Parts: sequence; structure tokens; C-alpha cells
Amino acid sequence: MPKRKDISSIMIIGAGPIIIGQACEFDYSGTQACKALKEEGYRVILVNSNPATIMTDPEIADSTYVEPINVQTLEAIIRKEKPDALLPTMGGQTGLNAAIALEKSGILAKEKVELIGAKKEAIEKAEDRRKFRDAMDALQIESPKSKVAENMEDASNALETIGLPAVIRPAFTLGGAGGGIAYNEKEYFEICRNGLDLSPANQILIDESLLGWKEFELEVVRDKMDNAIVVCSIENVDPMGVHTGDSITVAPAMTLTDKEFQLMRTNSIRILREIGVETGGSNVQWAINPEDGRMVVIEMNPRVSRSSALASKATGFPIAKVATKLAVGFTLDELINDITKTTPASFEPTIDYVVVKIPRFTFEKFAGSSNELNSTMKSVGEVMAIGRSFHESLQKALASLETGLTGLNEIEFPNTKEEIISVLSRQNSNRLRQIAQAMRSGIDSKTINQITRIDSWFLERLEEIIAAEQHLKENSLPTQADELQTLKSIGFTDARLGELTSLSEETIRQKRWQIGVRPSFKRVDTCAGEFPSKTPYMYSTYETLFPKSIDCESSPNDTEKIIIIGSGPNRIGQGIEFDYCCCHASFALSNSGIETIMINCNPETVSTDYDTSDRLYFEPLTVEHVLEVVEVEKSNGNLKGVIIQLGGQTPLNLTKALSHHNIQILGTSPSSIDLSEDREKFQDLLNRLNLKQPKNGVARSEQEAINQAKTIGYPVVIRPSYVIGGRAMEVVLNPAHLMRYIKDAVQVSGNNPVLIDSFIAGAIEVDVDAISDGKKVTVVGVMQHVEEAGIHSGDSACSLPPYSLSKKIITKIKNQTKMLAIELKVVGLMNVQFAVKGNSIFVLEVNPRASRTLPFVSKAIGVPVPGLAALLMAGISQNNLKEPKLNFYAVKEVVLPFDRFPGVDVLLGPEMRSTGEVMGIDKSFEQAFLKAQLATGVELPERGTAFVSLKDQDKNEKLVEACLALDELGIEIIATKGTAIYLKQNNIRVTEVKKAYEGRPNIIDFLNDNKIDIVFNTTAGVQSIIDSQEIRTISVAKRLPYFTSVTGSWAAAHAMKSTKESEIRIISLQELNTIREV
Amino acid sequence: MYQEALKNKDACIVLPDGTSYEGYGYGAKGTVAAELCFNTAMTGYQEIISDPSYADQIIVFTFPHIGNVGVNLEDNESLKPIARGIITSQMPTNPSSWRNTGRLDDWMQTHEIIGICGIDTRKMTLILRSLGVVNAVISYEKNSLTNRDSLVKKAKNWPGISGSDLAKEVSCKTPYDWNEGRWTWPGKFRNPAKNKKVVAIDFGIKTNILRCLAESGCAVKIVPANVTYEEILNHKPDGIFLSNGPGDPKATGKYAVPTLRKIIRDTRIPIFGICLGHQILALALGGKTLKMKCGHHGANHPVKDLITGKVEITSMNHGFAVNRLALPDDVLETHVSLFDNSNCGIELKGRNVFSVQYHPEASPGPTDSLGLFSKFVALMN
Repeated sequence: MPKRKDISSIMIIGAGPIIIGQACEFDYSGTQACKALKEEGYRVILVNSNPATIMTDPEIADSTYVEPINVQTLEAIIRKEKPDALLPTMGGQTGLNAAIALEKSGILAKEKVELIGAKKEAIEKAEDRRKFRDAMDALQIESPKSKVAENMEDASNALETIGLPAVIRPAFTLGGAGGGIAYNEKEYFEICRNGLDLSPANQILIDESLLGWKEFELEVVRDKMDNAIVVCSIENVDPMGVHTGDSITVAPAMTLTDKEFQLMRTNSIRILREIGVETGGSNVQWAINPEDGRMVVIEMNPRVSRSSALASKATGFPIAKVATKLAVGFTLDELINDITKTTPASFEPTIDYVVVKIPRFTFEKFAGSSNELNSTMKSVGEVMAIGRSFHESLQKALASLETGLTGLNEIEFPNTKEEIISVLSRQNSNRLRQIAQAMRSGIDSKTINQITRIDSWFLERLEEIIAAEQHLKENSLPTQADELQTLKSIGFTDARLGELTSLSEETIRQKRWQIGVRPSFKRVDTCAGEFPSKTPYMYSTYETLFPKSIDCESSPNDTEKIIIIGSGPNRIGQGIEFDYCCCHASFALSNSGIETIMINCNPETVSTDYDTSDRLYFEPLTVEHVLEVVEVEKSNGNLKGVIIQLGGQTPLNLTKALSHHNIQILGTSPSSIDLSEDREKFQDLLNRLNLKQPKNGVARSEQEAINQAKTIGYPVVIRPSYVIGGRAMEVVLNPAHLMRYIKDAVQVSGNNPVLIDSFIAGAIEVDVDAISDGKKVTVVGVMQHVEEAGIHSGDSACSLPPYSLSKKIITKIKNQTKMLAIELKVVGLMNVQFAVKGNSIFVLEVNPRASRTLPFVSKAIGVPVPGLAALLMAGISQNNLKEPKLNFYAVKEVVLPFDRFPGVDVLLGPEMRSTGEVMGIDKSFEQAFLKAQLATGVELPERGTAFVSLKDQDKNEKLVEACLALDELGIEIIATKGTAIYLKQNNIRVTEVKKAYEGRPNIIDFLNDNKIDIVFNTTAGVQSIIDSQEIRTISVAKRLPYFTSVTGSWAAAHAMKSTKESEIRIISLQELNTIREV
Repeated sequence: MYQEALKNKDACIVLPDGTSYEGYGYGAKGTVAAELCFNTAMTGYQEIISDPSYADQIIVFTFPHIGNVGVNLEDNESLKPIARGIITSQMPTNPSSWRNTGRLDDWMQTHEIIGICGIDTRKMTLILRSLGVVNAVISYEKNSLTNRDSLVKKAKNWPGISGSDLAKEVSCKTPYDWNEGRWTWPGKFRNPAKNKKVVAIDFGIKTNILRCLAESGCAVKIVPANVTYEEILNHKPDGIFLSNGPGDPKATGKYAVPTLRKIIRDTRIPIFGICLGHQILALALGGKTLKMKCGHHGANHPVKDLITGKVEITSMNHGFAVNRLALPDDVLETHVSLFDNSNCGIELKGRNVFSVQYHPEASPGPTDSLGLFSKFVALMN
């Protein structure tokens, strides 16, 4: 059945900012969807507030709105664009919820917009727990014993039927936010109450506990002829109880008999049919009791998901693309399998390798949070690895995580069996290493299975890895190729082999190469080798034991080629922004006739899509794995070099090792990179250029740190060298604070120096991105931070162009940037951070690489900067980019994951903690800021009461201006004593309120009674931070807009004022490009 | 695998051209010559190995971990597994399944099936894909690795499957009855009510076909491959079923085709054939069969129903096929493979006679086509 001709324009809603539970997988799916629709000649209207996405590139859709995803804005866009249809299944839960809200608001009916892919009834049947359960009963498919509660009385009744432990999940929330497992009645009622609050539908589902059951997922695709296929089965290594997003998972399922698998498959397809998913992809989650095989359905998502991205990468089957084409009327047999190019999409991929996904956590960034895992997702990213055995894939995945692991590294562990059992019984982010450690101390897999309920099949494979480690430790590195090959086939990295044999990684590599033990590259071909495949999507393996046979399917081409190293797993500080940059390098270079080769291990990304680059290697981003790809690609054609500037810190960390192996680094030379990262050399450079820097020093010991801080003068900013995202960065106020920092946060040593800078309080921070070919430098963006210096640039809102800096200062900043780029001989990209205090400009940091802000800048100025940079690095073109001028404001705002980490203080600081960003565009800064707030989900009030409590340093004209703005709006201001006195002195009407410890009623009572609508709260000093934490905790829980900097408060107040004054305007990026001044 | 690698290799695969691949043996010891074929299914190895259609074949499993769920009595597709050997990447492990009753390698030893692991089965598959069907010798015994010349000779001398009537060897020798229905959780076989009687000609029938027939309400009488027309009619069947099985349809057809032709000519009894049964029916109707380059062996094969336009994902296991270009005029092509457009189903125009190349009984594989059994039963009314 061919595509529909009765519709010609289709709207897609993206997933918005990256948050926990919704990462770049929805950029991947959305990009595929837009491309698939355009390919078929439809006009595509896209809405996504996230500028760091490929999907929001103006070429991907016809009309692209980087606007807030809320009903008001979406309605305006629908009225303006008049789409014929809305595809709601590509933007995660955000896109789905928005579509349902639009349907309910009546706009879709009014404007005659048809929901395609999934109808409202189907979405509700899948998402509404009660309806879903009824549907399953009708199909005679078992679900867990369950009750739905809409109030606490329901919850109380449910407890009698379900019993404890019970699983509680709020309906319609992302990644199960706010859910939990209750083991006692107190916990039970707490979680229920919290869940009812968080659910937009005030509905919670209370389930019988399936803790310890085996968990599976099937990815199903169905077309309107009722043809259905299962693209992939996924088995969770972690049993039920750990959120799938936080689970280590394996594809395909490893421990199902065919009878069980087919039952699951058939029922999954029946579920899609019953729910009414007419076309597209869905995932269905199942649990199996390991004792008796009882199989129950957990849930289904009537949309593409994180798992479908994983399944697509694991099999080579592009679920989002296919689902999109099915939504416009095609049937599966009409679509071609892109990988083989010779077989149709109506088949089930079969794979001849094992895929392991491991989530990446960042608990270390959230002081006070527990690393225990439960039904609320907490991981911020994931890696995937492919190998020809579970062992190999697992160890490759561990090495891909970039958390310092080289395999199943040893971990500190208790000695007694009782203590070990107690550690193992709490599932946490280190569980795999703890299990390995328990095995080393002689605990067998049977015992571990009883404690952890992880299937013995997986545990026995771990045991085999440990046994091989043990054997290796007792003997030495094998000298026979066969034996070493076998060790490598278990997935041991060179680095791990080095640790186990007390040799260096490089020595292992040399020895390995000498006896000819090299990986072969195999293809992901969707069909286990049954048909030839045309698409070069590859992974390395050492599985082959064929003597002397070269069994490599990489077949490198005789071309001019460039390797681009990706950015690895998403983590706080390094995420989708860098994937955006890598993709653009690929696009630009491929367009210029260079063969592009991508290496990356993040299954959520666009860069690991098989058609982003000419060739794709799904590999860990370690020296070892990158070197092997380089070696094989060098064997034919002309490898011009490797691009390491675009993937964040990950590829940059490989620079030295790659140079050491005489691999050409494209763009800025490794020595310049080193120069910018070496504090002492960099200081000399600044002195030469006569540029200012905050007083600073490097300390390689505790004593040195104390002395340096004293010389520089407190407060100081302190952090370890060579990190991204401000890991362990802190503003240190006094010597005692410094001692605590050294004790808790970092290990200071010769190899791990700490950097100490004078902290310039009250300064304005400025981020600058520039591009250069070594001769001509273009400043592409000067961004003024909204939050003042001391708050990590990644956590600060910023404005392009600056909203309050003088022209003179801006010109100076640009000139300084150019001087730095020339002096560092930058070829490609550079980011500089400045602090401006009065008329003084300080250089804080220079990074000769792509920055986190580059996608934002690219969207704002309408130029894909990283693509241009790649051409400069490759020496293909010269820099002829003119300095862009903007006749509007673009404001970037961040989203923070505090709702996932209860108890963690939400105060912003020098340690970055945001997961994603949004962009707001408007003629005025205030409106752009407001749009950015809306896009993060914060609705600023138009009336009501503001609570204001600011630290002494912040009692300044910014505060007065902010409060005047509130006052003009008629918002009542209540403030704590000090702030109230200050405001009264400045003639502002204010009511005083007690602090928490000053007696009752106090501010906490006000917050609890919903008497506060917005919070401005800045604080300093350990005691006042502790005293005021409850205010912020309640604000987050109540989803109140809160601002923890005076400048943020100022911007918020002015944005509120400007809403009152004007309507929200919408503008597409394509329109924006036509009104640009050139 | 590391524990194995510390030992010496002790088993090998030898091709007629002299190439050999060394690995580690498991299961039964011995040396056999057979045809190499690959199977791309990721689940259901026990069903595959015990499928009588694999007579005189060695199965290369493309999925690396085979043996994870062990074996059990319920998943056998025949009483005596007849495949000659299996080749895998990894060594079978301890089983992990609530259904398991033992290890795969122990079960193979009992059933005299040789296993070899430590082989790059993907490379092996690519070789088979490019060479087409290959005969081979696998050897796992004392002098396997020092005896290459005689193994090469043995591989060369093995005549191959073409022209051989393997169905006769795996078929039952005397008729028997079947009543047990399909498997349901938690491990029970149903005993459905029967109101039809079906004679199933056993060319190497899979147990799950019998279960599917019983599930559709048929009391099944299984008869040997060389059954006569009279013997069939003596059972007064409402329907006649032609089973799957190994070997060359032309060889088996020598005696099966005449019987079948007589039934079609002289009676109006509905006939349903699967796999080898499909090929034999095609021959009986005047069609032709051919040996495929490497056959279809897997559980992910898309088949299009040319009548309804629907696509079903099917389980397949065949090295011969019906030549779609040489179908007689009164034969309608009903199904076609979307992988290579080979014929997957036919019916005799105007008659209740039909057959499919794939396996609607699944086991292993998707159950999308189970409806064919009810279709067969419906034709009996």
C-alpha cells in the first residue's frame, strides 16, 4: 500500500531538553522521522526546544520551531502552520504527553489535524494503568497483581490485596519519576502520597512486587496491514526492581527457551493489536518468575523509546525510520532493509553477536545521594558494546564507560562473608564489580544468585572472566598467539591485561602485535551473514581462532578519508552537544568528497546511526580500540588524519597516545592543546599577550595547596586538572574548608595536581566560541551568563548577544579571543571563558576544542559551525566566515535533575549538574529568557507571592530592580529579616517572614501551605546553606520556580514583567534566517 | 572458552578441498561425513537439532552461545535426534532455565551427536554463503587432528544429499496414533477434543506438527513414508497430511508421488503438505524441484501470502525448493519468500489441496502461520 496522498504536511514534536530518562535517543529517532518524511515529499513542521539536536538543524525539517513544548505555544504553531497530521510517537514521553494535551484542548479537531502513528485512544489505553490492565485481562495475558489509587484511601485499601513489598508508580511520569518500592507501611504511605502529587493525572499504580524476577523487553513494529515483526529481544541482567534504564541489558535474550520466547513474541504482537497501535514501533516489557516460568506483562510504550534506539543500534534495523514510513501508509514489505539493500524490512533481524548495554551514573556529582538503584531511573547515559560472546561484549562495554574501568576492576570490599552479603544485597551502581570481587574472595555464583537474583547464566560468565584473570595472575602473559587470542576474545583490554601481569598497556600492545594477535572487524548486517550487506557498520572481535587467517570484513576503501572520534556515553558536562558537533563534521566532510569514519559507543546518538557517516565502527573510545580502527583503515587509501576536537574531553584525552603512534591529529596541534591545558605554560602565554588572569597556581601536594591558597587569597576556586563539567570543582572559603576539600573530594599528587584560582566574586562570566584556520579568526558567539561567576558555565543560563555588557567590553573580549587563537595556532574551534568585573577582563579558561555552547551558537547564527571547523581542520577550505550579527536574543537555559536525587541541595555551584538545555528566541532579552524558562517547564507566575532571601553580597541594585519589577506586577514580596530591612531601605513594600529556626509560623509553613509562588534564594556559608536547604527542597518538590542567584532572580523578574506587556511570539529557524542582518 | 583454550584442540572440520578448521569437541565422540548448513535462529537449538529434516546434516549455528537453557523432554521434535553434528562459537554452558533437565552436551552425547566449538561460525557462514552447499567431515576423537588425509578423503567420497531418499530412514516403520496438543505454561500439553481424523505421512515429521493437528481437533494416525493408497484409505481419513523431512524430494518422490497422484485423482480428501511434503506435492502435481545454493535455515523468514497480501514471519529449513517458474497451469502459487522470491506455497486450483514450504508449526520460530492448521481442518467440513 503506497504512502498517503491525502495529507501533505506533518508536525513532529521533539522531546525537549535532555533529562534523565530522555536523552539523545529522541534526537536520533526524531531526526530519522523528519528525514523519512521529507524523503517522501511531505512538508515537515518540527517543534523542539532543544537546540543541541541534529533534528532542529534547519535543513532537517521545513519549518523548525525551537520553542517551548507546551499547549499554548504548540497551538500557536498549529494555527500558523496548519499541518494535516501530527506524529506524536517520536518525541518520547514529552512528545506523547504534548500530543494528548493538544487533542484534549480541542485544537487538533478544530484545525483538522490527524494524529498518525498512535491515536489518542491507543495512547491512553497503553498509558492509563487501569485501561491497560483491563485490556490485558481481555487478552488473557497475565499482569502483576495490581491496584490503581487516586487518593490515599484507595492506597490504603490496595495494601490489603497487594501486600508488601509493593511497587508504586505514578501514572504519566517519565522514567518512573517519583515511584518506589515500599517494604514497610510507613514507606508505603510516603511513596503513595509523593506519587499522587507527582502524577499529572493524580493516579498511582500499586503492584505486587516482582523483585528478583527476570526482565525482558521486545521491540515490536506493526503496519496497517497488521503485519508485525519483533525487531529485537532484550534481557536485563539486573532482575526486576532496577529501572530498565539503569539496568545492564543484553541483546538478544540469552536465557529463554524458544517456547517461552515465542509466547512472549506472540503476546507482544497481540498487545499492540489490542491497544490499537496501528502503525509504528512499541516496546513491551515482560517479567518471568525464574522458579516456575510464570510470565507477566509489565507495560508497553506506544512510541519509540530508549530501548528502541538500543534495539536499532543492536540490530541495524532503523525502528524510528520504519515506524515513520508505516505511519504515512507504507507496509513493511514495501520498505527496503537499508543494511542489506537487497531484502525487505518485513523480516525479523537475527544477530550473530552479543550486545551489552551498561548505564553510566553520576552519583558523585550529587553529594548526599545514595547510589542504590530502584524503580526511579538515575543514570545519565549509556554505552553499548558488540562482541562475539557475552564476555567480550561485557568487558568492551565496561571499557567504553570512561569511568576509569579497564574491565572488571577490583573494588574495595569487606572481608567477612556477612558484610559481603550485605553489600551485594543492595543493588547499586557498582554491583558488577562488587560481584566480581565477591567471586575473587571465593563466593560462588550460586550464593550470589540467591542474594542478587541475577541469573546464574550471567554470573557464571563473570566467574569465567575471573577464573581467566586468576590464571593470568598466577602465570604470565601467554606467548602463544592462540592463547593470547583467546584471552582477548574474552574481552580483556590491553590495559586490563597489563594490570593483571604488571606490565604497561603499551608493552602488552607491542607484545600482542609482535605475535600477530589483532582483532577482526565483523559487520552488523541484520541477517547473521545470510545475505551480503552493503552498509559498513562494524565492530571488532577476537573471536576467531582460525590459525593465521585474516578474517576481517572491514574492507577499507581506497579513498581520502578522515576518522572522527565521538564523545562516548552521555554524562553531565558532555552529552548531545558534542555528538551534534561530530555529526556535522561528518556531514560537511562527506559533502566535500572525503570518506568519513565515525567511532563511538553511545547507542543513543545520531552519530552512531549507520547513515550519518560513510563508515561506522561501534567501539569503545580507548587508545587500544581506536588504534586498531586506525590501523585497519590505514591499510587502504589515504587516511588524512583523526579529528579529536569535537567529541569533548574524550577524544582529547587520546591525543597524546595517538600522536605517540604517529597518527595525524587534524586541526590545532597536540602541543597547542597541551599548552592550553598546562597551567604554567599557559600563564606565560597570557603574560606574553598582556592578558589578565585571576591569580592562580598549581598544587601537587596538600601542603602546596595550602600555601598556594594563602598566597592567592581566599576565596579560591579549586579543581583537579584535566576534567570536564567542573567535576569536584569547589569555591573554597577558608583553610578549614580547603582541608575538608582535600580530604573528601580529591587525591592530590604529582600525577593529579589541583588547580587553584582566585575567585572573583560578583563578576559576570562570558563564554566565547571562535573558529580559525590558523590565520583568520572569527568570533561566532559571545555569550553573557545570567548567573554570576562561581556557578559552572554549564549550569548557567546565557544570552547571545550579551544583554548588559558594553560594546567596548565586547570588542575587547573579541580581540582577546582572536589574540589567543592566533597565539595558540588554533585550526578549528576554540572556546574561551572570561570573567568581567567592572572594566577588567580576566581569562578564566581556554579550550581549543568544540564547546558545549557550539550547537546553541550554530542555531542562533544560522551556521553549522562545527561542520565548517571540520573543513578547516581537514585543510579543505579557508576561513571566510564573517562575524555574525544578531538582531534578536537567543537565551540558553539549563535543566537540572534534582527531582531524581531527593535530599540533594539544589544550590548551583562550580560543579556542573545540569543534564540538558533549551533555547528561547525573541526580539527582547526578557522575552527570550521567559521562553527559555517555559521550555524548561518552569512557569513564572503573573501574580501571587514571592519569597526573597538573599545573602549579604547580593543585597545590591540587581535585587532592588528585581523586587521593583515584582512590585509593579502586583506580586507580594515576603522576605527574611536581613533582606526585608534592605528592601525597606530601598522603599520596596515587603512583609517579613521568619526563617526556619526563628519560630513559627515560618517560611517553611508558608511553602507547605502553598502560599509562595516563586522563590529567590541565594546563600553563602556552610551554616546558612544548611539552614536554608529545606526551603529549596520544598520548592523543588512543589515545582515552584526558584532562582539561586541574584542575576537569575533579576532576569526572572524582568521576564515576568515583559509577559504582562506582550504576547508570546513564535518564529521558525527558517524565518529567522530570512530576517537576519548580513 | 579460556579453560578450553588451555587444553589442546581436539576436534576438526575438514572440507573436500582440504581446508580444515580446528576447535574443541563436545558431545559425542566420533567422525562423520555430512552436509554443512547454517541456521540463523537465536532460540530453539534443541528443536533444531532434533528436527528429523536435519538427517545427514551438520548445523553451523550463527548465534555464538548455544546451550544456555539446556535441554528438556518437551522441546524434542523427534524421539531420536538425527542431525550429525553441530558447530558453535562457544562451548555449551551450565543450563539456566526453570524447564531444563540437563546439559546440551550431555544430551548430545546420549544421542551420538558431535559438537565442535571455538569456530568462527560467522566466517563459516560467509564461506557457505559464497560456496553454496558444502559437504564436510567433522571429527572429534583420539586422532582427529593427525589424521587429516583420511578425513579429506572421507569428505571427498561422501556422496552428498542430492538423490538420496533420507525420509525412508527417519520415517516410522509402523503406524501409530497421536492425541497430544500444544504446549502451554506451566509445561502441560493439552488434550483437545477431536472430531476429525487425519492420516499423516511421515517423511520425518516434527512432533509439533502432530501437536498442532491435534490442537485443531484432529486425531492423527501417523503412517510410514512408503504407505500405499489402500492403507491410507483404510484409515478413512478426513484429511491427509504430508510431512516435512530430509533429503531429495525426487528420491522420496519415486514412491510417494504415485500414491499421492492416485489420491488426488480418485478422492476429494483435503491434503496439506509442509516442507518436503510441499515439494512432493508439487512433484505429484507436475511441478519441478531444485537444489538451492545454500537453502533457508532460520526463524526470521518473511513470506508473503499472495492471496491476502499479508506478510508472515516464518521458520524455515530446506535445501530444496519448488521451482516457481515451472508450475503447471492448474497450480496456483500462494506464497513467496520475500528474501529471494523463491516459492513458499501452492494450491491445486479448485481443490482442497495445498502446501507450504515453511513451518507453520514453528518450534522453533514464530507462530504467525498457525492458522494454516485450522484452514486444513475447515476444508474437511
